[in-house]
Amino acid sequence: MTKTIELHLTSDPPLLSVMRAAVSKVCEIAGFDQMDTSKIILALDEACSNIIKHAYKGKTGQSIIITCRIKPSRLEFILEDEGEPADVKKIKSRPLHEVRPGGLGVYLITSVMDKVKYSDGTEVGNRLFMYKQRPKDAKK
Amino acid sequence: MSLKITSKVENQTALLSIAGEVDMCSSPEARKEIAALVKKEIPRIVIDLSGVGYMDSSGVATLIEGLQMCNKYDGKLVVAGLRDNVREVFELTKLDKIFEIYEDAEAALTE
Repeated sequence: MTKTIELHLTSDPPLLSVMRAAVSKVCEIAGFDQMDTSKIILALDEACSNIIKHAYKGKTGQSIIITCRIKPSRLEFILEDEGEPADVKKIKSRPLHEVRPGGLGVYLITSVMDKVKYSDGTEVGNRLFMYKQRPKDAKK
Repeated sequence: MSLKITSKVENQTALLSIAGEVDMCSSPEARKEIAALVKKEIPRIVIDLSGVGYMDSSGVATLIEGLQMCNKYDGKLVVAGLRDNVREVFELTKLDKIFEIYEDAEAALTE
């Protein structure tokens, strides 16, 4: 059976800490250990930061909806915003050997999650789907 | 969430201690403090992260910026006291190969 949690927040950076606390609890329910929970929180934080920075260009008070689905085999997240649609082909991280500030958010998201998919071709907003397999010994 | 940041300079070494969660909201505070030390061209800057419970890529970017500014005047910026989850961010981004990382501030200061 799927358990669903929907988080609604506005694009205000101080709310990221609230989102992190909520996602931490979701991960706990899904049976992840502390280290994996930290990594998943990081991925969600980076994704929300990107929405604030790129989709909303730093404008506060805009909608971010995070749907968390605890499925028997995996933990899924869908992030939706109503900001400027991203050109999916241009979403990439910087090469790690180029040591400079910035450009690591997408790399962190893709290295932590098992699957990351950005919706393409939307007229308004963005939709990011990602999941991580639950530990085999997690209580389903 | 604001950070708690303290700094002291002794014998040409600065110890900057940061506590709290370093994210896109709070990293500008850390950036400002590091920039102030760099501006004085302090030869060795030790950043104690033992009080940091969370760090995202904006925190990492702040440290890279500090490291690069230090390199420009042949100074050194090192980090100490990384908790497991913060160390993991360094490892994921391969920055554990770029930064000198010490177990704690005391070890970094006595180096």
